[in-house]
Amino acid sequence: MMCSLALFPPPLPGDGETSHYYSKDEFTTDPSVWFEESHALNLYFPRESLKPHSRPESSSKAAFRDHCETLYTRSAGAWRDAGLSGLLNEIANSSAEVPKWLGVSSRCVLALLQWVSSFHGSLFPHLTLSSEEMTAEFSQVLDWSDCAVRGFAWHPHTQKCAVALLDDSIKIYNPKSSTSPTLKHRLQRSVAALQWKPLCASDLAVACHNCLLVWHVDPTSLSTRPSSGCAQVLSHPGHSPVTSVAWSPSGSLLVSASPRDTAMLVWDVAVESCVPLHRVGGGGVTHISWSPDGSRLMAATPSSLFRVWETRMWTCERWPSLKGRCQSGCWSPDGSRLLFTVQGETVIYALTFTDTPGLPLGMSGGPKAATVVADLSETSLDTPDGDTMVGGEIQSLAWDPRGERLAVLLKGDAGAGRPAMIAVFKTQINPAFKLLPCGFVQGEPGTEPRLMQFNPNFRHGAQLTVCWSNGKITHVAFYFMSARVPQPGVGGSPPLPISQGRPADYVNQTLYTELIS
Amino acid sequence: YAKYDQTICSGHSKDGLCTGSSRPVASIAWSVLLLPPTTALYVVLSRFSLFHPLQWLTECLTVLTSASAIFSFILLCGVVLLVGFFNLEYYSVVPSIACSKIALLGHVLHPRQFFHSLVHCIMGVVVAWCCAVTIGGRYQALGEVTGTSHGPQMCLNENHLVLLLAGAFVGYSHSLLGLVHNMNYISFHTVQQYKYLCFKGTLPLVMRASAVQALYSLRNFLALYFFMGYVPRAWVCRTLDLQVDSSVYSLDCVSGLLDLSLLYQLWISASFLLFTWYITVLLFRIFVTEAYSFPVQPTFQEDAHQCLPEVITGKQPTILKFLALQDLARLSNHCPSRRQEVFSLSQPGGHPLTWTAVNRECLSLLSDLTERLVSHHDNVASNGRTNRSWVLFPPPGGSRSWVLAHVHHPLTSSLMSIIPSRLPSCPSSPHVFPHVHHPLTSSLTSSLMSLTSLTSSLTSRCGPWPICFMMSDWVLFSLQLPEASSQALFADSQAHIWALEGLSHLVAASYSEDQYGVVQTTLPSILSAMLMLQEAVDRHFKLPHASSKPGRSSFSMGDSSYKTLRFALRATLKTSIYRITATFGEHLNAVQMSSEHRKRLQNFLEYKE
Repeated sequence: MMCSLALFPPPLPGDGETSHYYSKDEFTTDPSVWFEESHALNLYFPRESLKPHSRPESSSKAAFRDHCETLYTRSAGAWRDAGLSGLLNEIANSSAEVPKWLGVSSRCVLALLQWVSSFHGSLFPHLTLSSEEMTAEFSQVLDWSDCAVRGFAWHPHTQKCAVALLDDSIKIYNPKSSTSPTLKHRLQRSVAALQWKPLCASDLAVACHNCLLVWHVDPTSLSTRPSSGCAQVLSHPGHSPVTSVAWSPSGSLLVSASPRDTAMLVWDVAVESCVPLHRVGGGGVTHISWSPDGSRLMAATPSSLFRVWETRMWTCERWPSLKGRCQSGCWSPDGSRLLFTVQGETVIYALTFTDTPGLPLGMSGGPKAATVVADLSETSLDTPDGDTMVGGEIQSLAWDPRGERLAVLLKGDAGAGRPAMIAVFKTQINPAFKLLPCGFVQGEPGTEPRLMQFNPNFRHGAQLTVCWSNGKITHVAFYFMSARVPQPGVGGSPPLPISQGRPADYVNQTLYTELIS
Repeated sequence: YAKYDQTICSGHSKDGLCTGSSRPVASIAWSVLLLPPTTALYVVLSRFSLFHPLQWLTECLTVLTSASAIFSFILLCGVVLLVGFFNLEYYSVVPSIACSKIALLGHVLHPRQFFHSLVHCIMGVVVAWCCAVTIGGRYQALGEVTGTSHGPQMCLNENHLVLLLAGAFVGYSHSLLGLVHNMNYISFHTVQQYKYLCFKGTLPLVMRASAVQALYSLRNFLALYFFMGYVPRAWVCRTLDLQVDSSVYSLDCVSGLLDLSLLYQLWISASFLLFTWYITVLLFRIFVTEAYSFPVQPTFQEDAHQCLPEVITGKQPTILKFLALQDLARLSNHCPSRRQEVFSLSQPGGHPLTWTAVNRECLSLLSDLTERLVSHHDNVASNGRTNRSWVLFPPPGGSRSWVLAHVHHPLTSSLMSIIPSRLPSCPSSPHVFPHVHHPLTSSLTSSLMSLTSLTSSLTSRCGPWPICFMMSDWVLFSLQLPEASSQALFADSQAHIWALEGLSHLVAASYSEDQYGVVQTTLPSILSAMLMLQEAVDRHFKLPHASSKPGRSSFSMGDSSYKTLRFALRATLKTSIYRITATFGEHLNAVQMSSEHRKRLQNFLEYKE
């Protein structure tokens, strides 16, 4: 069954400070019990207070370079900084000092190199982007380069979260502790993604500009500024910028991806060794997502192709011939369904994996075709303020750990009067897979959602954490009684919330406007 | 592919205990099969000429089809077979780690290693001779006829000689570096891939490694030849009754060695030699470490010795035990149906025999490691004290335990029994370093040690000789490799890692899959074993050098993953405990355990470790 936005209840008009975070018509007005539990994690990082690094070295280098150096020193420096092309460039530019034949030949080789690289670039246009632009292009965060909060990660087992900010620092918040450590590292630049290690209290993997950092933040330490000795630096030649990281759900392996590197790296973090998994085609890997049961891994590439790896023997299945590149993907909690979206399209596709993982050649029972499960094309909805346009391209998807809610971050289009918005679906996996409309999540007037993640430790339903464009981080709770038997191991056995009424949706309308920075 | 799949199948159809022999044979067969393309590539590269491409290609074709090329190819096949045989004979899944430089010297001088080096040296000469024949021209033969004033004469062709000597040198340095960088150590990868993909992924690295290693070896060889080159030349001339052609420059001078064509040929030949050998090593590693699926329960009674619980508890060979543990870790993580077999009860009797065997073996592995760590820690602590007190005022003979702690040899004990009164604080744990048991090493060290203990007995008789003491202490200390003792302690930790993974996954799965509750009865012992190990590991990492990370090894064919095994063990241990606590949650409060362990477990339950 296909669901479309036309079936959604219209969003309420934004009238000041009262009705920003809502999802559905019926709600309880007094959820103060739940409010107590989570209010400490409402965060606010004003954009003005964060200073981005003025980092492009290439621009600042010219101002400082001593041009009186000998040709040899300059060439050595160019070789070190920019490799062969830098060396050739340096020689070609200092034609007065070098023999004529050397200058001419280096110019020829340089031209040849440029021709080859432009040819390569025409095959894979993303390679012409700078590292920053590339991270912004492929990040799951909407408008990454100008966003105060660049990354957010809930700890999979406790109420603890890590926030990556525009100034390249990471802050860790824990409601039970008075200290909130700030992580800074020389190599921690342009953080694209971060994730806590499952089955571990302290390890946090951060995808940085040209390396991967794994922080070991001792939860019992009182230090507010852990030294950079607490971070393991994992780097591999040619693997930059890193735009996505994913821990295996069993906590043993870490996978990292870079749009410039055709190989996906599988790290054994403790040993600091990696196995590159090369496959031809695609030109890089932009986004990876591990299925919650650990048996499969989705890897999107910058071209119209994505792969689904099975993690027993690390073979992969190609999914080519999309209309555009795969923008985002998420797995159902049992790992049997993959939802993904394609850039330039306004629909959500689903793949169903029916085979039991563990059989040899586990891909044999894989799906043959993707089905469209939801259509999010532009629709106008009647609101008290008049018609509102909603829909459009999709930035990212998030599925709550119990598989009951699916949040879809819509890109929006400021020119066309469509704000970025989060649409929430109710999902039903058994007996048949269904998406049902649930509602929209809007911010304060003038703010747009940038990034969202479900809290894996919310016991009374689902809690969606949203980072807004004004630097606020708030939590939207969806209360429901889960029809599914809760999985052991994910937050223990959750107590059922509130009353023993029908399994209805309780939507709180709490205002999370406390400013804590 | 077809042939490849066949090999896989044949490897699998053999029974479990044959994996020890069928896999190496398959790997050697594949390295022989890969020799023709490698040789062809070598011929093409060695005859390379930029300005005569047509002539170059036709020459290559004629060389490849000539009789001498076929003969040398047969020789090369023999060499590869021999290298493969040496790989099989010398490999180990537990690295031998030299705790001191003396021990390393002992390894190098050991007859077994000497034989290895000698054979590799000779094989190097053989490969170099094949290369010389293939290149032809001025490298073809050792003697050449030159016309001088006294008529035609047999003269020495130094180019040929240099090529042969370079082959010998590269062969020897391959053997030596292999020892120093533990090339015989076979590590298991965390990521399992099909053999073909694994090989394809590693091939570029091997190519690069052989080219780079050839460069380094060549540099060393040329330096050696520059200074010592006249010795082999004179010897060859004397034995073969060849003349030295005075009209040609000798090669052991700067101008002679700067011959670009010669250098290129030397480099290409050395790279070819190393590449064929490295490929053999690589294929051997890939084939031997491939995961093998043991049957959990025997279908027929006579197959009982091949099923998982039996192989896991067996001692020999180590590779089988490792493969079985790896299989256990994989089945506990990936295969629900095989997990079910582990949890099942025996048909007549209803005993959980499989689970009991697996559980007992894993727990004994863990407690073994705990014991080892604790005794090492105690030793280090007590030695620190005695050493300090000794520096202040030398007591009679009391400080020798530091040396003794690293030696386990009959001679030591006999010595100690000779002069027991002189050595009151002799170490009580001879099993501290189970992996430093090279006979010659220990005999060498023990002879040194006997020297020092002799001095100590002398000292106690004839009054204090503090200076002599200090000297011997200092010499021994400076030869000690830091952090090697820590590496040696965890040398076989891959087994422990799999045991931990296997146990924790099985316990976690038992929460929902164990119908008869066979796991629950053993839960307290599993938890206490893990917590005790956790405590010992934590204490060990507080020692100096234990938590320092080793630098990256520059030698890319040697596997240095054993240097970081202790970190992997620590991480796996934590994850394993967390896996159990996350699955069972509050139910663990009902498990009986000591209050200390409960406190520790509470930390894990609150995610504070």
